[in-house]
Amino acid sequence: MIKNINNLHSFKEWLFIFFLLAIATFLLPLLNIFAPEESVLHVPDYIFPLLGKYLCYALVALAIDLIWGYTGILSLGHGVFFSMGGYAMGMYLMRSIGKEGVYKSDLPDFMVFLDWKELPWYWLGFDYFAFTLLVILILPGLFAFTFGYFSFKSRIKGVYFAIITQAMTYALMLLFFRNNTGFGGNNGLTDFKQILGFSLQEPSTKMSLYIITTIVLFLSYVLSRYVVQSKLGRILTAIRDTESRVMFSGYNTIHYKLFIWTLSAFLCGIAGALYVPQVGIINPSEMQPSNSIEMAVWVAVGGRGTLSGALVGAGLVNWAKSWFTVAAPDYWLYFLGALFIIVTLYFPKGLVGIFARFNSEEKVRESA
Amino acid sequence: MSSSGAHIKDDSIDTTHGCILYIEDVTVSFDGFKALDDLNLYIDDGELRCIIGPNGAGKTTLMDVITGKTRPDHGTVFFGQNHDLTKMTEYEISHAGIGRKFQKPTVFLNHTVFENLELTLHTQKDVWQSLTQPLTGEQRDIIEENLEIIKLKDQKNLRAGLLSHGQKQFLEIGMLLVQNPRLLLIDEPVAGMTHQETEHTAELLKSLSGKHSVVVVEHEMDFIRSIANKVTVLHEGRVLAEGKMEVVQNDPKVIEVYLGS
Repeated sequence: MIKNINNLHSFKEWLFIFFLLAIATFLLPLLNIFAPEESVLHVPDYIFPLLGKYLCYALVALAIDLIWGYTGILSLGHGVFFSMGGYAMGMYLMRSIGKEGVYKSDLPDFMVFLDWKELPWYWLGFDYFAFTLLVILILPGLFAFTFGYFSFKSRIKGVYFAIITQAMTYALMLLFFRNNTGFGGNNGLTDFKQILGFSLQEPSTKMSLYIITTIVLFLSYVLSRYVVQSKLGRILTAIRDTESRVMFSGYNTIHYKLFIWTLSAFLCGIAGALYVPQVGIINPSEMQPSNSIEMAVWVAVGGRGTLSGALVGAGLVNWAKSWFTVAAPDYWLYFLGALFIIVTLYFPKGLVGIFARFNSEEKVRESA
Repeated sequence: MSSSGAHIKDDSIDTTHGCILYIEDVTVSFDGFKALDDLNLYIDDGELRCIIGPNGAGKTTLMDVITGKTRPDHGTVFFGQNHDLTKMTEYEISHAGIGRKFQKPTVFLNHTVFENLELTLHTQKDVWQSLTQPLTGEQRDIIEENLEIIKLKDQKNLRAGLLSHGQKQFLEIGMLLVQNPRLLLIDEPVAGMTHQETEHTAELLKSLSGKHSVVVVEHEMDFIRSIANKVTVLHEGRVLAEGKMEVVQNDPKVIEVYLGS
């Protein structure tokens, strides 16, 4: 097993990956703690939740690359799986507030506001972190499995599948917007105080969450790399290119599609759960159709079917978004749309593809 | 070749009556047009059969029906005496031991030649096995052996998309061979092949019969003459004539619809 994992990358590539991991998990925190505040090397506190947020997005992009880049199934509904993980974590954080809320009640504030007398049955269990963790790990995958089972069995493909995933996220957004659904309506869940007894206001908690996110992303990357590099990964790309040939070769392609679709949703749910304590809020707008489309754009920009492209794309597009929404907030959506069109038309392999082409041209020149 | 994937029962096909494929009263219609019209056709175990016929005679539809891509309006299709193909999915039919080469060469263009054979190799094909089981040395040998047979040994690490048309045809035949099916359905194998490649294909197909049953759909008459024992002529979804090439060739009905033109 260790040997198999070792073979996923060349020695140089592993070195690079561990170098990045060391910077993220050791160097940045050390510079925050030990570098004096007036020094240029000092890493301010606010960086960690911000980076943590980007890393969650990167995990989402990784999940989408598995299903879209490798298997050719475009999902425009991954916001749902992200939100499921997010809401589950949010419910635990709400319960952790205890009686410190505005109304000093044992119930979450929004329930008091709605004049509810007791906790709905589906909130039971979220007092316990272990239960919450189970829900985070199982629910998004289970939901995806059920949804995928019926879709793939009916041989829904391509743009039709993309459209029903959009419909799915839109429908769930509307459901969660309703106050009496019991998830805080359009305000969602917020005003969290603590996680596992640690105050969410403490810089050390924020830094820990960031480090955990980094490690989860790293492990998810290794898992994804293992999957796409296995024979299963080659079958997935074969399904993407010529599904009928795969079927006539004796593979039940429905099982393969279900596997990767469920794995993708599973990773996306974890991303949502890590996102919520670092951002401090989860509300139905995460399930806006446009949000899920944006997630697909990250992957398209970075480069489909490479895994690394997804990570780069999520980082760059969100960095651009942070910059734009301050400098020229009205133009962000135009920019995003233009970016998507340009990348699709001129750089179908995304930024990583441009880089790879540049690299190989250089090699050709060298050998000439 | 049969030593790979020992868990799979591929001897479960009942051919005690000497036939491997029974097609009886099969009708397929598309918007009222009968692509197959009460067709009856039997293939013997181990024989090499050629199916010819003018365009629109129903040759490709027949292949589609056998492999589960198209369901007949009525009629039965049995593989051996015990597998009702009209009730099985594409992958189940493939598992039962029927391999198909498409009219247009259908290989995995973004995979290497070697990977193409790896993916079709006769072995366990469920998700978990694919994720955790790397190729065994024995399976590697089978692939290498077949690379030799289809003369693509030097191209084994080349992306299949870069092969010539004829090489793709051979690769697809190779993909069938490593699947080790009882019955091979081969649609226009020599289209776009050079004279030499055509000869090689003829040799290959002849060497397969006996161990496997082979059904070839082809237009190229010289090629058919060089391989065929028995020829079936399809016309308007029915069998027009059947028998030895020399006999069929001189059948006035056949000359009228096909060979004479």
